[in-house]
Amino acid sequence: MSRASSPFLPVAPSVGGVMRDVLLALAPGVVLYTLLFGSGVLLNILIAALTCVLVEAAVLRLRGKPLKPFLLDHSALVTALLLGLSLPPIAPWWIAVIGSLAAMLLGKHVYGGLGYNPFNPAMVGFVVLLISFPVQMTAWPALQPIWAPDVDAATGATALDHVRTQLGLQRTLSEIGADAPMGLVAGRGWEWIALAWLAGGIYLLWRRTIRWQIPAGVLAGMTLLALPLWAVDPDRYASPLFHALSGATMLGAFFIATDPVSAATTPRGRLLYGTGIGLLVYVIRTWGGYPDGVAFAVLLLNLCAPTIDRYTQPRVYGQNRSTPDA
Amino acid sequence: MSLLTRPTGFRGGLHLDDRKAMSACRPIRIAPVPPQLVLPLSQHAGNPAKPVVQIGERVLRGQTIAVADGFVSVPVHASSSGVVVAIEPRPIPHVSGLSAPCIVIQTDGRDEALAQPEWAPIADPASVDTRSLREIVRRAGIAGLGGAGFPSFIKLSPGRPVETLIINGAECEPYISCDQQLMAEHADEIVRGIRVMLHALDARNCIIGVEDNKLQAIAALRQATADDPDIEVRVVPTRYPQGGEKQLIQTLTGREVPSEGLPLDVGLVVHNPGTARAVWRAVAHAEPLISRIVTVTGGAVAQPQNFEARLGTPMRFLIEQAGGYVHAPGRLLMGGPMMGFALPSDALPVIKATNCILAAAPGELRPDEPAMPCIRCGECQAVCPINLLPQQLYWHARGREYAKARALNLFDCIECGCCAQVCPSHIPLVQYYRHAKTEIWAEERERRKADAARERFEARQRRLEREQREKEAARARRKAELAARAAATPAPPDRGGAAQ
Repeated sequence: MSRASSPFLPVAPSVGGVMRDVLLALAPGVVLYTLLFGSGVLLNILIAALTCVLVEAAVLRLRGKPLKPFLLDHSALVTALLLGLSLPPIAPWWIAVIGSLAAMLLGKHVYGGLGYNPFNPAMVGFVVLLISFPVQMTAWPALQPIWAPDVDAATGATALDHVRTQLGLQRTLSEIGADAPMGLVAGRGWEWIALAWLAGGIYLLWRRTIRWQIPAGVLAGMTLLALPLWAVDPDRYASPLFHALSGATMLGAFFIATDPVSAATTPRGRLLYGTGIGLLVYVIRTWGGYPDGVAFAVLLLNLCAPTIDRYTQPRVYGQNRSTPDA
Repeated sequence: MSLLTRPTGFRGGLHLDDRKAMSACRPIRIAPVPPQLVLPLSQHAGNPAKPVVQIGERVLRGQTIAVADGFVSVPVHASSSGVVVAIEPRPIPHVSGLSAPCIVIQTDGRDEALAQPEWAPIADPASVDTRSLREIVRRAGIAGLGGAGFPSFIKLSPGRPVETLIINGAECEPYISCDQQLMAEHADEIVRGIRVMLHALDARNCIIGVEDNKLQAIAALRQATADDPDIEVRVVPTRYPQGGEKQLIQTLTGREVPSEGLPLDVGLVVHNPGTARAVWRAVAHAEPLISRIVTVTGGAVAQPQNFEARLGTPMRFLIEQAGGYVHAPGRLLMGGPMMGFALPSDALPVIKATNCILAAAPGELRPDEPAMPCIRCGECQAVCPINLLPQQLYWHARGREYAKARALNLFDCIECGCCAQVCPSHIPLVQYYRHAKTEIWAEERERRKADAARERFEARQRRLEREQREKEAARARRKAELAARAAATPAPPDRGGAAQ
C-alpha cells in the first residue's frame, strides 16, 4: 500500500534502529566476556554473523525479496550475536556454522522471514546444536582473564555445572561455594558478565527498545521458585541471586526472551510469558538433565505466546470491565 | 475508570512537535472574495443539499441556494453575490478524490447581502424557545466546524437530558491553529454562542477544554467567561490526541463514552468553538454559515496564516493570499498531518470542514516508502489511546479475517494515527483499519441485500406452494364432488336393455 493516507508526519524509529540498539546494548558484555574467556567469544560471533548474513542474503534472493532493506534491518546480526554468545568459546568453528544455518533456515525463513517466526531463531539454532552435539556444546573454557591467563587449565566447569555435579556427590552448597569455579555469588567471572548483560538491559529499558514486563517476569518467575526453596534448604538449593547471575539468565531475560516477534505482545501477557520462562528455567536447571534451561524455556513459552495474547487482551476504552468474548 | 489518574488525562498518545507557531504568529485575516466560488452540495455528513437556484440566476450573499434533503442534511448558502454559472460535478476535497455536484457562482465583486435576512435576528436568545433556536441553526447550514461536519442542529436536539456541554478547544493536531486563533480573537462570540447552545440543550454547565500551549486563547476565554459561573475554561495537557472527542471527555470528566456509543450516553455533548461562534452569528445576526477560519500553512507556503475565508473559495486563491508557494509543495493535505488526507491538487474549494490547508515542503512530511514486516514490538499498543491491540488488528485486517478484527474492537479505533507514527516497520496501520472497516460495512450491505433477496425468494416459494396446495385441494374437492354426485344419481340403466 502506498502512503496515501494519514498520518503523514515523518517517523523516527525503524526496525534497523531497534536492532542497532540491541547490538549496542550487547557490546559491554561482549567485551567483558572476551576479556575474561578469550578470543573464542569473538570468533564464534564472527563466524555466526558471517553465516547468518550470507544465509539471509541467499534466502532473500531465492524468495525474490529485496536485499537492501532486509539486510539493513540488522535482525540477522542480532540472531548471530545471541547464538554466538550462547556457544562455548572453545567450540569448533563448524558448531557456529551449523547453529547459524539452523537458526536462519529452521528458525526464521521457513516461516517467512522477519516478523513471521513463532520461535526465537537463535534459540532454535542453539537447541539443534545442544541436542546434536552435546560434547562440543558442554565443554566450557576455564577463566582466562587477558591480564592473568591460566595456562594450565583449558576447560573448566560453569557454576551451574559444578553445583549440579557436586550436589550429586552429596556436598552442601556452603562447601561448594569455596570451590575454584565459584565467585562471590555465582560463577567466577560469569557473574560479572551477567552484570554487563544487566547493564545493557537497563540501557534498552531506558531507550524503550524493550519494556519491563518480560525481564521482570523472567526474574520474578525464577525467584518465585528459588526463594522459598533456598529459604527452606539453603544447602541444597542455590539462592535467587545465584540463579539470577548464573548461566544465561540475564542474557535471556533482557535480550532473548524480549525478542518481540516470538514473544507475547499484550502488557499482561508479557508479564505472564516472562514469568513462565523464569519458572521453567529454574525447573530445568534444578531437576532437569541440561546445564541451563533458558533456550528450552523460551521455545516452550514461544509456543504459548498466541494463547497468552488471546487471554490477556487489555480493557478497551468504553468497554465494560468484563473479559471480551473474542 | 482507571485507579491511576493519568497526568495527560487519557491513556497513551504522543507528544508531537506542534508546528503551530508557523501560522499562529499572524492575526486572522479576512480573505477577499475570489472571482469564482464553488459550493459543493455536500459539505456535511448526511444527504447532499438540493439546489433551488437556476443557472444564470443572480444570487446574493446569505441566500439559500440549496435546501436540506431529509433530516441529516443542511442547506447551502451563497457566500457572496454573483451569478450561478454552473450546477455540475466538480472535484471536491474528499478522501475519495472524486467529484460531486457543486453550485458555481461567478462573483460580481459587490458582495451584496440579502436585503432581508431569511430569518429574524434574535436579540435575547434566552427568551426564545429551544425549538426555534435549533431551527435557526439548521437553516443557517451549520455543520460541525471541527472537521467531521456533522449537522450541528442534530447535536443540539439530543432528545435526552444533557448535563454538560463540552467545547473542544484542544486542537491537538500539529500545524492547525484556526481554533486557537479564533478563541484568542473572538472569545466573546464563542462564549455567547455557548450560552445559546446551553439554552438549546437545556444543559447545566459548559467546560471549554484548551491545551496548555494556547496561552492567548486561554487568557481571552477566561476573560470572556469571568462573570459566568456556568462556563469553565479548563486547561488540559498538550498531548496528541487530546482533541479526540473520547479523549477530551476522559480528561475533563473521567467518563468513558461507551464502545460504539455517543457522548450523549454519558450525558455530554461536544461542539467545536468555531461552531459555537457560528451559532451566535446565526442567532444574533441572522447570518448563515458562509465563511470559516482556515489555517493555510506548511513549509511550501510563503506566509502561513489563518484566514476567515468564504466557503467555496478555491484553495489556490487562499494560498496566493498567503504569499503563494516558495516551493512546489511536496504534499498537499486538508486537515492536519495526523488525521488529514492528501489532496490531488489545490484547485479545490474550501468547505465547511476545511480547518487547514497544509502545503508541505518536499521532505517536510513522511516520504513514500515500503513497509517492513511487523516485528510485534508492541509500541503501537503502548501509544493507543483506546487501548486496542493495533498490531493484532493489523494482522487480522491484512489477513482479511474481519470477524476477528471486529472481535478485537476494530470499530472503537478513532484513526488518530499514533500507532502508525511509532511503528518502526513504517506500516500504514490506519489505512489497513479503514480498509477493514469499509470491507465490513460492504459485507454487511451485501448480507442485507442477500437476506432481502432470500426473503423475497422464500416468500415467492411459499406463495407458489400455497397456490399449488390450493389447486390440488380444489381438484380433490372437485373430484370428491363428482364422486359424490355419481354416487347420489341412480346407476345408469343397462345400455343394451335401454336400447330395447
